[in-house]
Amino acid sequence: MSKLNEIADRAAGATPPSLAGAVRGLSDKSIAWIFIAPTIILLLAINIFPLIWTIYLSLTNYRANRPNAELKFVGTEHYEKILTNPDIWAAMQSTAHFVVWTIVLQTVIGFTLAWLVDRKFRGHGFWTTVILLPMMLSPAVVGNFWKFLYQPQIGLFNYIISFFTGAEPSSFEMLGSVQLAPWAIVIVDTWMWTPYVMLICLAGLRSIPDYIYEAAEVDRASNWRQFWSITIPMCLPFIMLAVLFRGIENFKMFDMVNLLTGGGPGSTTEVASITLKREAFEKWRTGFSSAFAIILFVTVFGLANIYVKALNKVKSR
Amino acid sequence: MSESPQKSGVGRLFRRGPWEIAATLFIAAGVLMLLQPFALVLYTYSFITTLIGVVMFVIVSKFPE
Repeated sequence: MSKLNEIADRAAGATPPSLAGAVRGLSDKSIAWIFIAPTIILLLAINIFPLIWTIYLSLTNYRANRPNAELKFVGTEHYEKILTNPDIWAAMQSTAHFVVWTIVLQTVIGFTLAWLVDRKFRGHGFWTTVILLPMMLSPAVVGNFWKFLYQPQIGLFNYIISFFTGAEPSSFEMLGSVQLAPWAIVIVDTWMWTPYVMLICLAGLRSIPDYIYEAAEVDRASNWRQFWSITIPMCLPFIMLAVLFRGIENFKMFDMVNLLTGGGPGSTTEVASITLKREAFEKWRTGFSSAFAIILFVTVFGLANIYVKALNKVKSR
Repeated sequence: MSESPQKSGVGRLFRRGPWEIAATLFIAAGVLMLLQPFALVLYTYSFITTLIGVVMFVIVSKFPE
């Protein structure tokens, strides 16, 4: 304690008298504001200002490739166009297909893996590490190597499918077929992010106290009954958390889909973020794409609110 | 000290719980309307539904528990 006082005295002694006088006159609240001001300024500069600027641009006809053109206020015209455009609606449906199927598969497989890993079999630590490997990779790396795996001539994926089905490996193209490409991106995302869902479910399973199962044993409840009446209800907040988090992430998925298919063939795998990129940086409709970005932002912000609420519920357990 | 019936009625009206559930339902409905493949008209009104839910959520999160 005396060491601390000594340090504080030395710091006070080193403070110029003019500065010390100025600080002495400030209230605790003012000093607190001085400390948090840099963070607030940084937040305003990199988060709030771009958001307000995007809202402003969404109400104009601005094009980033024609910065000197006359700027016209168009009101909610872009929003009306986006929300009545069947092509963008189709992009939303591609996003929905991707989001729904990845969530369903990741939740089912993730929970099953968590339940198996929780059995604590011999070498379960090693297998947990092996299962967690895909989520540690960069989406860019994953996109590139799955592109090789999906190659119809040399890709391992086609050979494995042909081994089980007897079909010729080169007779189908996962990334080039209109029917298969949406499933190709679902498979890659499921492969990569199921371990994450498994981790959350594992945390849920390990949070269930043993005495509840022991009480159920005393009541002669079957394993099936214990699973449906104890395991699932007590894990549900954790499963909801995983579903919401993956939902938000996949709703704005860009990098992996862009690397794998680039939105093709045609626009079969053109998810919302790829449509946004095309509008903003290929067609240079900055105002229009800003409006689209705001629509996506409001949706993600809404889901994030629910996510935080679910997180607090889990924390309070 | 007991609260007046009017005050406790107002207090009960502005409890966070039910309003937060209503806001969550609005957001969920908006997201479903945005992603559904059945009716263009639902897609058209999805953004405004989500926006109402989000604004409502931000306001009601300041209500007392």
